[in-house]
Amino acid sequence: MISEWVVSILLLFGGAFILIGSIGLIKLPDFFMRLHGPTKATTLGMASVLIASMVFFTNAENGLSVKEILITIFLLITAPISGYMLIKSAIHHKLKAKEGTKGLNNIKDD
Amino acid sequence: MRLQARFRWLPTPFRSLFLFIVWLLLNNSVSAGHLVLAVFFAIFIPLLSFSLRDPQPLILKPGLAFKQLLIVLYDIVVANLQVALLILGPTKKLRPAFVKIPIDLTHNMPITILASSVSLTPGTVSAEVYPIPESINKGDEPIQRYLLIHVLDLKDEEALIKQIKQRYEAPLKEIFQC
Amino acid sequence: MLDTVLLIVFSMIGLSLLLNLWRLIIGPSVPDRILALDTMYINVIALIILYSISMGTGLYFEAALLIAMLGFISTVAVCKYLLRGDIIE
Repeated sequence: MISEWVVSILLLFGGAFILIGSIGLIKLPDFFMRLHGPTKATTLGMASVLIASMVFFTNAENGLSVKEILITIFLLITAPISGYMLIKSAIHHKLKAKEGTKGLNNIKDD
Repeated sequence: MRLQARFRWLPTPFRSLFLFIVWLLLNNSVSAGHLVLAVFFAIFIPLLSFSLRDPQPLILKPGLAFKQLLIVLYDIVVANLQVALLILGPTKKLRPAFVKIPIDLTHNMPITILASSVSLTPGTVSAEVYPIPESINKGDEPIQRYLLIHVLDLKDEEALIKQIKQRYEAPLKEIFQC
Repeated sequence: MLDTVLLIVFSMIGLSLLLNLWRLIIGPSVPDRILALDTMYINVIALIILYSISMGTGLYFEAALLIAMLGFISTVAVCKYLLRGDIIE
């Protein structure tokens, strides 16, 4: 019973974070700010959904189920790298940042 | 910074440990057969792939590295809550900014770890490291390198730079001893 | 209780997939679209994990792992193409 509560809370938490990441993708005004939603909120949301699945299968199959840690580690390692590649290609394409962004002169042309 | 491991047959001890754990996780069992197979892979895959890669600095302080991992995981949770609040709040008030941070690390591997932990934590995404190492000539003086980051909501630039240098860069310097 | 929660989370992730699809359609730039695709594949992994919880079987785990790897590789490949005009130099 306790495990059902834990799974439910973790799933709701994760789903809420994934939804917030996508809301950020729609709502924020320029590309550089939109990047913050998926690289952070979605990663945490995925981590809690995967931990929920771990708890559920550990409880259901009478044995420790730890395979989900692999996906969590993989996403935690790769999310910054794909974010870095995306922001690099955005800088390369000279996308417009929002009005009033400070420190635009710090971007160096290559 | 040390590039050469203590034993020749174990060139990258922590990568071997990682492979061992990943193999057991992938099979989700600790039976004797899988343990033997995991040890086999953990020893032979690094030996085969070692000559194909550039030597990377070794982790010299495992305890500190583990502590830093826990700190980063804690920061990920806290920073995500902050970013979620910022996204749900009014977006007109956000003050985005590009900030450049001088970095003292010299090798690519610690810089990659620093950029990744900055990307995952406090409302920042790392954008670029410059000047890129290919543009530096071998004989030149070592020049100051910068990490360019994008901040979602900048409050105090000095404090942010100081926080990143203290919280993420100083332990990395300690771990890799460079 | 778990069934109700699963239904709610399914609809949350479905809604976020629709939002991502909207960003994919309106753009306005190419990196925006790649970002939307990148978020979409992560949400699809969450959807598969949820489906395997609701079916009560662990068989779908490998599919989720494969989608994670292919999605990362394709994001990096498309970004590399945008940066250099070539994937493998």
